[in-house]
Amino acid sequence: MDIFLQQLVNGLTLGSIYALVALGYTMVYGIMELINFAHGEVVMVGALVALTVIQALSGQGWPVPLAVLAGVLAAMVVCMVLGLVIERVAYRPLRRAPKLAPLITAIGLSIVLQQLAALIWGRGYLSFPAVLPPVSVAWGGVIITAIQGVIVALAGLIMAGLLVLVQKTALGRAMRATAQNPAVAQLMGVNTDRVIALTFVLGSALAAVAGVMVVAYYNVGNYTMGFMLGLKAFTAAVLGGIGNLPGAMLGGLLLGVVESLGAGYIGDLTGGFFGSNYKDVFAFMVLIGVLVFHPNGLLGSRAQEKV
Amino acid sequence: MTALLQVEGLGVHYGGIEAVARLDLEVRQGERVTLIGANGAGKSSTLKALAGLVAASAGSIRYDGTDMRALPAWQRVGRGLCLVPEGRGVFSRLTIEENLLMGAYHRGSVPQLSRELDHIYGLLPRLHERRHQAAGTLSGGEQQMLAIGRALMARPRLLMLDEPSMGLAPLMVEKVFEVIRNIVAEGVTLLLVEQNARLALEMCDRAYVMESGRIVLSDSAARCLDNPLVRAAYLG
Repeated sequence: MDIFLQQLVNGLTLGSIYALVALGYTMVYGIMELINFAHGEVVMVGALVALTVIQALSGQGWPVPLAVLAGVLAAMVVCMVLGLVIERVAYRPLRRAPKLAPLITAIGLSIVLQQLAALIWGRGYLSFPAVLPPVSVAWGGVIITAIQGVIVALAGLIMAGLLVLVQKTALGRAMRATAQNPAVAQLMGVNTDRVIALTFVLGSALAAVAGVMVVAYYNVGNYTMGFMLGLKAFTAAVLGGIGNLPGAMLGGLLLGVVESLGAGYIGDLTGGFFGSNYKDVFAFMVLIGVLVFHPNGLLGSRAQEKV
Repeated sequence: MTALLQVEGLGVHYGGIEAVARLDLEVRQGERVTLIGANGAGKSSTLKALAGLVAASAGSIRYDGTDMRALPAWQRVGRGLCLVPEGRGVFSRLTIEENLLMGAYHRGSVPQLSRELDHIYGLLPRLHERRHQAAGTLSGGEQQMLAIGRALMARPRLLMLDEPSMGLAPLMVEKVFEVIRNIVAEGVTLLLVEQNARLALEMCDRAYVMESGRIVLSDSAARCLDNPLVRAAYLG
């Protein structure tokens, strides 16, 4: 039972990160039916920028909370600019092109960003400075570290804020209107180009925060870290129903839990034949299962428009 | 009196296909003007070019003294040039109230918005009952009413309606036109594109008749109703 609860806590932490990244996929898909496969690389850039800034500042004797805050802000600014540039340079010229063109562009972009990161940060692993005190609370047999608590709480706050933005504000209405019918949204006075760009910026800001969470949680970052993370977050978005914001949140949390529980039990279940290093298998089994049995995802709706 | 809308030599092309050619048209302040013609005559293309949804390939569009061709669609509505598109274009997954608020989007957050919502709900009480439901749950006629109500939230000076009767049962058409008459009575200038030529001619002051992308006749609506050619071609 303790293992179960412990893996549940670990899974929710991991799932919070997946959820933040999945939101970026689902928002962009919702508004322009594009799967931005470069999104995982934005997470990676955010992670490495934060890592660099925090390393440098804490080396100069900045207090830890300030250095971390500066790292997060720097990552967000860099990623938001990156999101803006990606939309402008890679996707906007292809908005009227067949769907395959932006998809291939996304994959190409992903490779470009990875190689650029390798040039800037090198191909080795960068370690997150041990600036965060390893505080934890034991609750029964379950250990919850401070960083886990911060990740889950912060992700929850950000997601609640995003839902309010999208559901309750004029900008959110404009985003949903643009997603449904960009031409009519323009007739309402919506600058749809700007709304689409803003969607990328918003998703990239979430990606930056998620990136910082990953390096703070695992204490290590690398130029390839965005690939697997992006793929899993995409899986989470599909699991929840791509284009659906609460779906991405639910999908992220579920996927994190499934993966952690799978990693915790796979050894016992297979008599030690498979170890926890097979944990990635679960994410993709989930993806295949969803695509085969319930392709609209848990909360996704069949996109039927009444004419 | 100068025209609110002055169109000269308008052309619209889709690839190599000419949808509208050398079209001249004017609408004066407070006038009700209709553009009638058969399917594919270029009526919708004309309205789309005026609203900025398709680019004009030739000619000039002067509205309220400024050249509209330089402005993107989303800026034209801010000048009061407002199109209710063919097929209504309601945001089916937004609620009815959200749709109406989208109409006022370009005006930003203005304090009198809730009073204007009440005004629209007064005109269209059906919408008030269901204001928190998704617009996609409305019937076709109700969606048309919503689309018109949404356009009113934009504070139009020139309201352009594209086929408001399309796909509606006769009783519903009557109701929709009743609403349009009420709006026009409030002083909104109207440019109406309509398949149902008799309805359009009966409620408008002047008419243009389009055929194959060109204006073939321009006259007062009353004289068009008596014109034997119009009667034969469009009034049956």
